[in-house]
Amino acid sequence: MTSQAQIPARGHGTGAQTLIGLMFRAEAVLIPVGALLAGAAAFSLFLLAIGKSPAEFYALVWKAGFSSAFSWQNTLSRVAPLVLAALCVALPARLGLVIIGGEGAIVLGGLAAAVTGTAVAGLPAGIGMVTMALAGMALGGLWIGTIGALRIKRGVNETISSLLMAYIAIALMNHFVEGPFRDPASLNKPSTAPLEAGLRVGDMPFVAAHWGVVAGVLACLFCWILIERTTLGFAARIAGDNVRAAQVQGLPVSRLVIGFTALGGAFAGLAGYFEVAAVHGSANASLIAGYGYTGILVAFLARHNPLAILPVAVLLGGFEASSGLIQRRMDLPDATIQVFEGMVFVIILLSEALYGRLRIFTPAFWEHR
Amino acid sequence: MDQVEIGLWGVPLAILGGAIRVSTPFIFVSLGECLTERSGRINLGLEGTLVFGAMSGYAVAYESGNPFVGVLAAALAGACFGLLHGWICKFKGVNDIAVGIAMMLFGMGLAFFFGKPYIQPQAPDLPAFNLGWWSDIPQLRAALQVNVLFIAGGLLAVAMAWMFRSTRVGLIVRVVGDSTDAARAMGLSPDRVRLLATGAGGALAGIGGAYLSLYYPGSWTEGVSSGQGLMAIALVIFARWNPINCFWAALLFGGAGALGPALQSVGVSEGYYLFFAAPYVLTLGLLILTSSPDRAMQGAPLELSLTK
Repeated sequence: MTSQAQIPARGHGTGAQTLIGLMFRAEAVLIPVGALLAGAAAFSLFLLAIGKSPAEFYALVWKAGFSSAFSWQNTLSRVAPLVLAALCVALPARLGLVIIGGEGAIVLGGLAAAVTGTAVAGLPAGIGMVTMALAGMALGGLWIGTIGALRIKRGVNETISSLLMAYIAIALMNHFVEGPFRDPASLNKPSTAPLEAGLRVGDMPFVAAHWGVVAGVLACLFCWILIERTTLGFAARIAGDNVRAAQVQGLPVSRLVIGFTALGGAFAGLAGYFEVAAVHGSANASLIAGYGYTGILVAFLARHNPLAILPVAVLLGGFEASSGLIQRRMDLPDATIQVFEGMVFVIILLSEALYGRLRIFTPAFWEHR
Repeated sequence: MDQVEIGLWGVPLAILGGAIRVSTPFIFVSLGECLTERSGRINLGLEGTLVFGAMSGYAVAYESGNPFVGVLAAALAGACFGLLHGWICKFKGVNDIAVGIAMMLFGMGLAFFFGKPYIQPQAPDLPAFNLGWWSDIPQLRAALQVNVLFIAGGLLAVAMAWMFRSTRVGLIVRVVGDSTDAARAMGLSPDRVRLLATGAGGALAGIGGAYLSLYYPGSWTEGVSSGQGLMAIALVIFARWNPINCFWAALLFGGAGALGPALQSVGVSEGYYLFFAAPYVLTLGLLILTSSPDRAMQGAPLELSLTK
């Protein structure tokens, strides 16, 4: 890259600068947390209105999501795909693109990994696993990268095209799983041939969760460094704020858009790989689990900050893990968590109107005390 | 009456019939979105409104025994979603595209939540007109079973085109959609006009949903819509924000959606899932063809964030 962009020095300035920085960060943390609490309160009112107990609901979420080793296992099993799916939203979002079709990249990434798995059956397990993961990432990256390319080269609205491509991806997977790659032994649920044992991803030591969680954490760290600590990420943030300014500066906006969308897609494809290699053992309709859609909420709650994605994914993973128990104990439909997530999502977006409006987050408010 | 052997002629006939049957929700959602976008706002949440309209229309038709009461309820529910969307987007700094996604997930969640008890019972269907009475061929008669809402949708398209061209309300919507400043200078309140346009658009999407559950496919399930609400939004871009074009585009999309079942009916089952993807591929293809990287889109409302 040829640009002489300078990353502004952080912190350690004069007192006033420190205060401004502190206020800025406090605002960035407290507004989303407040919105989350407001969403939880709105959902409590909803439960009261239909004659159910909010206290029981949140107690069950705690019990099924966070209270024991077993419930943590349940929660963490959802964290890996949620984190990776959220990155597929957050990375393009830093460039100002709203991509919501991560589900398609997960499904196709899983399919590519499963099909590659049958092809590399004879090779050493390590090489086979890496090949599978790369295949999933490549197809996922190609899929979402295409959406970025269509946006920048043809001006196609990326939100609509990404969701259309998610439907196309699911149709493609159904076609291949029921047709060319179907394992004849899979009778009731058409699937690809099961992976051999050596290619399955196992659980981590001490924690009853598969290695995908570690991959998710590493992916978040990688993305945070990319966005916050490299000139590439700095260029992307400029382009996200103002495309024209970025173009005038001579920044390679097209390549940034295609690169960031493809990288996001690659992470979603990796999520598909882990779903196949660590959870299902083959590609089938179970891949269409909605992680791509919950991932959108995770990314928006985290305000597209890769490090914030981790705790948010754990929180929402816990909520989703408690769905079954809530259905049984409270006699509520399985869509209860979806209603909760929808309310939180709407309120989070509403809270965007508060940035820069609350006097409590201005240094002037504190200096006069 | 026995089936008459008409061989491969069955395919275009089935596509024609399918286009008429499948297109109705497209007509209503795209007209609703057309109205909303003409006022300068995009509502991507109509997929959720469509699904909630399908559920509420079905539930109310079942409880009341009258499908038209169901349609009315779906329209009211849709208007509520539209008004909520419009109210949220009024605030500065709120991204209307993201709000649409949230409303989509919220609407679907609510529909599945309240719709659980209505998956089994059978609600009354909307009536259809038999426009194929003159023919002896049963397949043609089946194809020309035209639902009352399809006709209503066609009339609505004409009425909306007339409204935009020749009425005061149409002019107000167009001015607000093309320039917020000019609208303010004329003493209009852009926020209020957009709120009402989004509410009306939601009501139309709700009616489209009621058609899904009360006529074709004709029952309430969680898979009642598979992206029709979203395709209808893409369709508005393709139709260049013109209500009459929306009607024809909806027929085209309906025909694409009927391609898979039509081929299956004459025994072509190879690649069934690929034909199932035809409407999405068609939508994407048209979106690519009709978008443009550097020119502002012809006919687009100037205040629309979609085209900025």
